[in-house]
Amino acid sequence: MVKKLLKSDDFKLKNCINYLAVTVALVVCIFMKSQGKLPNSYANLLVQIGYSIILAVSLNLVVGFLGELSLGHAGFMCVGAYMGTFISIQLSEVIDSKIVCLLISMLCGGLMAAFFGFLVGLPALRLKGDYLAIVTLAFGEIVRNIFKNLPWFGKAMGLTTSAVRFTKKDIPLFIIVFIMVLVTLFLVQNLVRSKHGRAITAIRDNEIAAKAMGINVTFYKLFVFVFAAFFAGVAGVFYGHYTTPVMYTFFSYNYSIEILVMVVLGGMGSINGSIIAATLITVINFKLQDALSGDLAALKYLIYALILIGIVLFNNAPKFRPYKERFAPKALIKKLTEKNRKPSDIMSDEADWNKIPTKIKMDEVLTVDVQDKLSAAQKAAKEEE
Amino acid sequence: MNILFNGLSLGAIYALIALGYTMVYGIAKMLNFAHGDVIMVGAYALLVTLNLQGHIALGVVVSVVVCTVAGIVIEKLAYKPLRGASPLAVLITAIGVSYLLQSVSQLIFGAAPQPITIGNFGTVNLFGAEISTSTILTLVVGSVIMACLTVFIKKTRTGRAMVAVSEDRGAALLMGINVNRIIMITFAIGSALAACASVFYLMQIPSLEPTLGSMPGIKAFTAAVIGGIGSIPGAMLGGVLLGVIEKVCLSIPALSPYTTAVEFGLLIVILLVRPIGLLGKKRREKV
Repeated sequence: MVKKLLKSDDFKLKNCINYLAVTVALVVCIFMKSQGKLPNSYANLLVQIGYSIILAVSLNLVVGFLGELSLGHAGFMCVGAYMGTFISIQLSEVIDSKIVCLLISMLCGGLMAAFFGFLVGLPALRLKGDYLAIVTLAFGEIVRNIFKNLPWFGKAMGLTTSAVRFTKKDIPLFIIVFIMVLVTLFLVQNLVRSKHGRAITAIRDNEIAAKAMGINVTFYKLFVFVFAAFFAGVAGVFYGHYTTPVMYTFFSYNYSIEILVMVVLGGMGSINGSIIAATLITVINFKLQDALSGDLAALKYLIYALILIGIVLFNNAPKFRPYKERFAPKALIKKLTEKNRKPSDIMSDEADWNKIPTKIKMDEVLTVDVQDKLSAAQKAAKEEE
Repeated sequence: MNILFNGLSLGAIYALIALGYTMVYGIAKMLNFAHGDVIMVGAYALLVTLNLQGHIALGVVVSVVVCTVAGIVIEKLAYKPLRGASPLAVLITAIGVSYLLQSVSQLIFGAAPQPITIGNFGTVNLFGAEISTSTILTLVVGSVIMACLTVFIKKTRTGRAMVAVSEDRGAALLMGINVNRIIMITFAIGSALAACASVFYLMQIPSLEPTLGSMPGIKAFTAAVIGGIGSIPGAMLGGVLLGVIEKVCLSIPALSPYTTAVEFGLLIVILLVRPIGLLGKKRREKV
């Protein structure tokens, strides 16, 4: 059974390399923790990295695969953080184990966020891209505004979570977060590679054509939206169990943009890219936190802005296309690997004929010929002189 | 009565900003997220002129010029290379530009709010209510600007070229209209309107910070969507409506903390009931 699975087409190293990477990182961290070599601040950083990955991967599903811009991802996270943690605090009076509390509240927070995703998505997804962006943005502001003013959530002071917060005595929170990262990756990757995933990318590439092919566009849009909102909610619950108090100010428009920067930097439609970019940006944030204080903090946003503009221009502007073909990571890798290819490597008729070095390009021959003749003629002319 | 007038004058500000959004959306088919931050640029230009002992009128002129130039530069550097790219790419770039403007101005001027004084005009007694002159000024000048804009679009060659580009860019190009130039002019006008809005905004709230533009920007966009994006009277209607609703909400104690929620809730309801906005035109999608 396992052998069959290993041999099948679905099981390729490149498809599971991210599980391996995350698992190895987790095992190393657990080992370091057990040896007492992992400082507390780094354990916190790990939690941040974990929920950032969940956020970035789920937003990538909406932006990269569905092709719709959501600017309210922090809003869904806010719902998860407030509702989930609130439920967890209520449960902690009945249940002793913090982990059980966390797991139940994770599910509840995620479902609440998904429900809100449904509510927002229903009107918004009947509309086109720009409207969706603005409605999700508006939703983020509404959520913040409401949680700031509702009496049960500590109003302007934020929700105090010290009752359920994971401390040094408990099992390190990052372990649970990273297990959840693995679950998220598993679900998202399998969704993307399934029939439904293909329908989603078809909608991104051409909505009208997808509709003509019988794909229920509204259903899939709503589904992706709800799915992503669920994971944002889960990330929010982790945030609630990691810090205190949960403040509405954290989930601002700026934070939604930060998640978007992760997605764009990693590459829209690339899950591995999102993981790397989320890790990178969280680590940079962590390192810059102390270095940049006061007005210099704006430097961070300046970098974000340049990343967003630079990458989008580089990828989309017609002017940059020649550079993109030469310097994009994929092209570079291709260059490195191509030299080693032999004609015998080609297994099927569908092979890319451009990759075979023995193939002689007709225009190349012609140009070489003409150039030779030209230079010969020039030489002759010089000799005559 | 007082509330109504305050609402109207706030609405006039929103309407001015919303006009910029709606014109750019109508003609370039893109959502200029950086529009709100152009307001902030205008406000800082005004502040710098006033700090250099310039007259307020000079300040307004400088602010309008700076914003117009900023609008053109943004369009040339960030949006023009992306003509023809996917809407998502343009939208993300616009967000990037908005961030860029905010962070640069924070690096130059600092994050702390700075006070600004644009003269005190006193109050006028109208219909038995004390109304500050700045409110009336905002209303009158705002209406004049909007009327001028409508005439400009209806009567001049450039204005009609704008309408043509917004209706069908390809056909406009074939008719010999320089589409790139029209888009540039649109950005220039939109940014100039934003500068005017910034002056009025500072009259009402005399303190400025780098994030000054983002909230009015988002609300003005909401106004533009409520009115029907791409439609100029719609932007005015939506702006005034939103301004009045905001002030009315703020005046009711039970509702005032939830003002933002009410405004954006209205947006969602309008989009649900009438996705094209109050005065929007329905567009048929062609394959």
